[in-house]
Amino acid sequence: MNKINPLFKKELKVVNVGLKSFATDLKQQDIQVIHVDWRPPAGGNERMAKLLNKLK
Amino acid sequence: MNKSVRIQKNKYYDSVTLMLVSKELKKLDGVNEVLVGMATDLNKELVGNLGLSNNEIEELNANDFFITVEWEREENLEELLLKVEELLNKKDEASDDYSPATLSSALKYMDDANLVIISVPGKYAYQEAKKALNKNLHVMLFSDNVKVEEEKELKEIARDKGLLMMGPDCGTAIINQVPLAFGNVVNKGHIGIVAASGTGAQEVSVIIDKLGGGISQAIGTGGRDLSKEIGGIMMLQGIKALTEDEETKVLLLVSKPPSPEIAEKVLQAAKDGGKPFVVSFIGGSPEVVEKYGGVYGASLEDAAIKAVELTGLKAKSMDSNMNLEELLKDQLKLLKPEQKYLRGLYTGGTLCDEAMKLLSKDIGGIYSNIPLKPQLKLENLNISKEHTCIDLGDDDFTVGRPHPMIDPSTRQERLLKEAEDPEVAVFLMDFVLGYGSNPDPAGEMVPFIKRSKEVMMEKGVEALYIASVCGTEKDPQNLREQEAKLKEAGVIILPSNAKAVAFSAEILKYQAKR
Repeated sequence: MNKINPLFKKELKVVNVGLKSFATDLKQQDIQVIHVDWRPPAGGNERMAKLLNKLK
Repeated sequence: MNKSVRIQKNKYYDSVTLMLVSKELKKLDGVNEVLVGMATDLNKELVGNLGLSNNEIEELNANDFFITVEWEREENLEELLLKVEELLNKKDEASDDYSPATLSSALKYMDDANLVIISVPGKYAYQEAKKALNKNLHVMLFSDNVKVEEEKELKEIARDKGLLMMGPDCGTAIINQVPLAFGNVVNKGHIGIVAASGTGAQEVSVIIDKLGGGISQAIGTGGRDLSKEIGGIMMLQGIKALTEDEETKVLLLVSKPPSPEIAEKVLQAAKDGGKPFVVSFIGGSPEVVEKYGGVYGASLEDAAIKAVELTGLKAKSMDSNMNLEELLKDQLKLLKPEQKYLRGLYTGGTLCDEAMKLLSKDIGGIYSNIPLKPQLKLENLNISKEHTCIDLGDDDFTVGRPHPMIDPSTRQERLLKEAEDPEVAVFLMDFVLGYGSNPDPAGEMVPFIKRSKEVMMEKGVEALYIASVCGTEKDPQNLREQEAKLKEAGVIILPSNAKAVAFSAEILKYQAKR
């Protein structure tokens, strides 16, 4: 189902995961945005991150 | 020399914030070298190379934050830590709202969210993008270093669900008039852009605005979309969406030359859509575009002009108040016969590529880190020779530091180095404005432009500084203010990269014959 054309008619509501400045820029333009305080899963331990992913 | 190390466990900041903090700290009195970062493998290697590591840092993980300093004289750690705190808090003040730790918890807070921008390190990007698509959210994936097979899988999921999957490595998009990541504030209008190049999308959208036209949407695809492996999935989706979009009257497709079979697929889709379409496959040939009834844009500017005219508007002249012939005559008087060479110092990769393609016809081979032919690759990327054009935003120059559109220090240093060469006739530069970019790119370069002029003067020569500013008056940096700063420093400003290149070509052709 095409969800792209319906998006063009909606107000943009953004979740920002990563660089905070992208959220700050959107906020400055009065765009609704929520910034995720992302950090590497399992403290950056890749083996542990893979295991966690399997559990999910 | 004294060294200091400070560590904060389980305190995460994003890389761009920290690299900019490092840059500011280097300016402090008494600081010889400093690195502020998360203890990723890359950062640990960097501090190791700088000789600033110790056992404590070696044992940290990617969620731990460290500061390591080498002092020129006596250390002044307290002052430096206060500065770090001030800089990090400054970065924080614009968004002191609630920040959840995961996408799922963010969606509890904003259950009608419709788009996710992802810019986490490449190796985590696929997981985050997949989560977003599975929650039926459109994605703009800014991160690079995502595997081709991961990109393909993400784009296939998006296609099956009817979602946007812009990227990986998608720097620019404008959706519903909102610039995302690196985007300019441009007029609303009837041209729908699908672009596999970030700065390509910025340049065409800005020129459309300068010509009096406007855009409906600008969909980014990421640079690999038109490769054989990905098969143009996102560009095909974009063409379909813009074909069905009532606001879009003309389509404008931008990419580096694609794989030939994918090009035919994309052009067939554009033709089937039935709306007029313009194609800028930078440096590609017109025949294949015209075979499918498309209009060929020889440069990004040419593509923008043709797109505006196809919407039924008469394109405004961008340089009506400039007498280029007079200007050229005046400028040529400043050069000595032995000044023959070009040094292009670019922050936008596509603009660098376009410059080389347009210039090679007139001046021959151009050395580069992203050369048009393998034999023109610079042996040492830090040493230019003859005609050279550098993409300072390429991975070669950005390990451990932000992109030069954010942090211009690599270009500042390089310009001073280039000024040591009395055979240089032209310095060609781009200044990219808009959200995401440095708040004052012209102001950051001006002192270095002035200093480089002094360096050349000491050698008894004067070079010409030619630039284009990719931006609008509505951008946060304001086009007119940025242009005024550069003009005041003696830089010749042309309204597009193609025009700056053409003006440079005239000078270099003249100098070659002297």
